[in-house]
Amino acid sequence: MTAARRSNSSVRQDSRASDVHVAAGGLLHRRHLLVGGASAIAASMPSGAAISAPDTPSWMLAPGSEPPPYGTPSPHEMRVARHILQFYLDRAPEFRISGTPLEALDGTLTPNGLHFETHHSGVPAIDPSSHRLYLYGLVSRNVSFGVEDLLRYPQTTTTCFIECSGNSFFNTMPEPSDRPCGAIHGLVSCSEWSGVPLGLLLDEAGLSDGARWLVVSGADSNAYSRSIPLSKARDNIFVALHQNGERIRPEQGYPMRLVIPGWEASAQVKWLHSIKVTAEPGFTRDETSRYSDLRANGAADLFTFTMGVKSVITRPAPGGVAAHRGYNEISGLAWSGHGRIARVEVSADRGASWAEAVLQEPVLPLSLTRFRAPWRWNGQPAVLMSRAVDSAGNIQPTHDAWRERYASNTRYHYNAVQAWQIEANGEARNVYA
Amino acid sequence: MSMRKQLCKCAVALIIAHMPGVSLADEHPRLGVVASVEDIANVDLAINRDGAGLPPGRGSVAEGAIIYQARCAYCHGSDGQARGLEIVGGIGSLASEVPVKTVGSYWPYAATLFDYTRRSMPYDAPQSLSNNEVYSVVAYMLALNNIIDEEKVVSDETLAGIQMPNRDGFRYDDELE
Repeated sequence: MTAARRSNSSVRQDSRASDVHVAAGGLLHRRHLLVGGASAIAASMPSGAAISAPDTPSWMLAPGSEPPPYGTPSPHEMRVARHILQFYLDRAPEFRISGTPLEALDGTLTPNGLHFETHHSGVPAIDPSSHRLYLYGLVSRNVSFGVEDLLRYPQTTTTCFIECSGNSFFNTMPEPSDRPCGAIHGLVSCSEWSGVPLGLLLDEAGLSDGARWLVVSGADSNAYSRSIPLSKARDNIFVALHQNGERIRPEQGYPMRLVIPGWEASAQVKWLHSIKVTAEPGFTRDETSRYSDLRANGAADLFTFTMGVKSVITRPAPGGVAAHRGYNEISGLAWSGHGRIARVEVSADRGASWAEAVLQEPVLPLSLTRFRAPWRWNGQPAVLMSRAVDSAGNIQPTHDAWRERYASNTRYHYNAVQAWQIEANGEARNVYA
Repeated sequence: MSMRKQLCKCAVALIIAHMPGVSLADEHPRLGVVASVEDIANVDLAINRDGAGLPPGRGSVAEGAIIYQARCAYCHGSDGQARGLEIVGGIGSLASEVPVKTVGSYWPYAATLFDYTRRSMPYDAPQSLSNNEVYSVVAYMLALNNIIDEEKVVSDETLAGIQMPNRDGFRYDDELE
């Protein structure tokens, strides 16, 4: 503290005698995470000067308003909103993609109103009293369930990320996008989901010999349809009814959707309407023509369900907080469909040297994991990167390594290391490195 | 059964019911109601790649051209090559620097064309075409891609047998099953 109070000049903020460096470019030992933050605040205060008392604010001089029945963010936070992309504005304006503003959030859970969402034919306005889930095909008896019925079944609760397999598709383009962090990487969110284990409903229908796959459809105007191997249904799939405690929202599949922790979002059919038990996959349009991964050699992979290990620095990040000369807390998110995040490393020199970030406990499997790393920026050009390793030993590929594997227009399952160039003014810019 | 034996049995049942991972399948409410054949016929839109599930019907390329121009061309282009929503062309391009993925170049199974067109198209009014109209539009898309002749009639009996150029272009992990 004493040393901090003495440092009046910005030059002194670039480095400190007490700094313990763990990698080049100003990355500091983890003990600076809280200590460094405190001294940075102290350093920004005018030395020896008292802070003059401001006028008493108006909100302390009269009673406040009544809170609304359903709370909303402060009006001062209304700019924190999903990033919306519309590809076919002239022909299909309903078709849009909304990304979570990762650069504006902290922690690991996504507010329900900011959870990313995509769809293929708009969000249906479903009356739950007229909606049923049908289970048919290779079963002992075809059955259907009403929403109120399913609410009476034993429920299970799981926290997990859901990620669109097209997340980060901008980074599959030849030139790096200058969009905000959440517009590039925000098709991932994390919630606590509750619902009925699918196995319970399959047991009730009774499976027949030869049952291997489920062909699942939604009740949107696209009757969106995907196939899921039965073995997975026995594992950890459930019919979700609640998200973060409240009934799931229309754009998340109200009144019910599949949740398949760790798998690509497009398999987790929303507005769940029917499940046909079959001997083989349906090879539906949305698992062949779309959501298949064309390789550079012209062959394509089907049913690449599991989302790879991935991470992104959300502060500093494009569209969000800029880097400040002196002390910064680098903060970001890591996740993997293969299990827990085991380690995240951070680089401030374009990957020449790396320092291990601190993971925020608890580190949950198949969930967003917050990482942090202390960094003192000297104002010189820097490139920040993060690289995650999961509990199965998977490590994020480089941009070039990912690129080589796939056809030039494959947009799914991009999970390469993200690099942010820190400009002279501290703002982060997307670069390929 | 002695009282002691009954108590033992009860205790074991209680322990099993509270063990993590033990199925409670026998205890759940079983509120599902039997769905009738009519109910299932209404919701079942799934067509297998071998044609199972195709409804009776037939359509011609000529009829399909008229329906396509009226209901599909606005988005997909009168020649089927509207950028970003192409359904025609690209055959042989998949391993090139600029792969073009269309119905003709990429889709593995012809039966999926009926499945998707019926359930999802036209975008502004899905499920508004009759089965024969869907067969006709499917025939027209296949003809635009030079996969069938203009004279060919497509029906529930012939559709699945039409071989798509990229039928063998896909692979997946058998262990999923």
